[in-house]
Amino acid sequence: MAADNRPLSPHLQVYRPQITSVLSISHRISGVFMAAGLCVLVYWLTALAGGPGAYADAVGLLGSWPVQILLFAWVVAFFYHFLNGIRHLIWDTGHGFEIEQVNRSGKFVLIAAAVLAVLFWFGVRMGGGA
Amino acid sequence: MSLRTPLGRVLGLGSSGGGTGHWWSQRVTAVALALLGIWFVFALLSLDLSSRADVSGWLSRPLNAVLMVILLGVAAYHSLLGTEVVVEDYTRGSARVLGRVALQFAHVVVAGVGIFAVLKLAFGG
Repeated sequence: MAADNRPLSPHLQVYRPQITSVLSISHRISGVFMAAGLCVLVYWLTALAGGPGAYADAVGLLGSWPVQILLFAWVVAFFYHFLNGIRHLIWDTGHGFEIEQVNRSGKFVLIAAAVLAVLFWFGVRMGGGA
Repeated sequence: MSLRTPLGRVLGLGSSGGGTGHWWSQRVTAVALALLGIWFVFALLSLDLSSRADVSGWLSRPLNAVLMVILLGVAAYHSLLGTEVVVEDYTRGSARVLGRVALQFAHVVVAGVGIFAVLKLAFGG
């Protein structure tokens, strides 16, 4: 087989989605999404270091509603990747591989990520408001 | 009887030649980021994010500046390890090489800029 025509990763779209596979690809998607989020964190830090004018501009941009939607998505991605990452670390110790355990830990991660994301979102203060 | 050479067994790098280094680094940085993430979440909750004085005062304190510098470095490394695997899974040939080099460049730049911003604040810029 030619070196430039080797098979790539399995084509997952031929399988019926299950909680295991959906959470697995979600871990990857949330990770890639947060790689982009790292740029936003650094933008925020450079604005902070840049002085009051730069920071006011950044607060204005980050506070606009399209960016707010994106920021909420980053918050969800963070808590999901955080909790599912701990799930992965537990698997690395060899525990929790029974199907019922995998399904249960998966549902727990989903619910806990949603709860933590909402709690965090309403806990963050932007000048007293939301 | 094993057909593996004694040198191959001693090195323990397997058929890919990379051994467990990538996998292990990803786990170690994951544990570090879980702890740093908890710190950052509680820090963000304690601050008024619209107030530059509040946020810069917090980040100028040595402990916070050091933790933020570490967070940026470890997050960039963990992100590079993860996105590298994504590129390796879905591309081949020169696209794979270019993709990985682009990711390495981008992650070093992002981490470098972020760390510089924190240090500028911490050293009173």
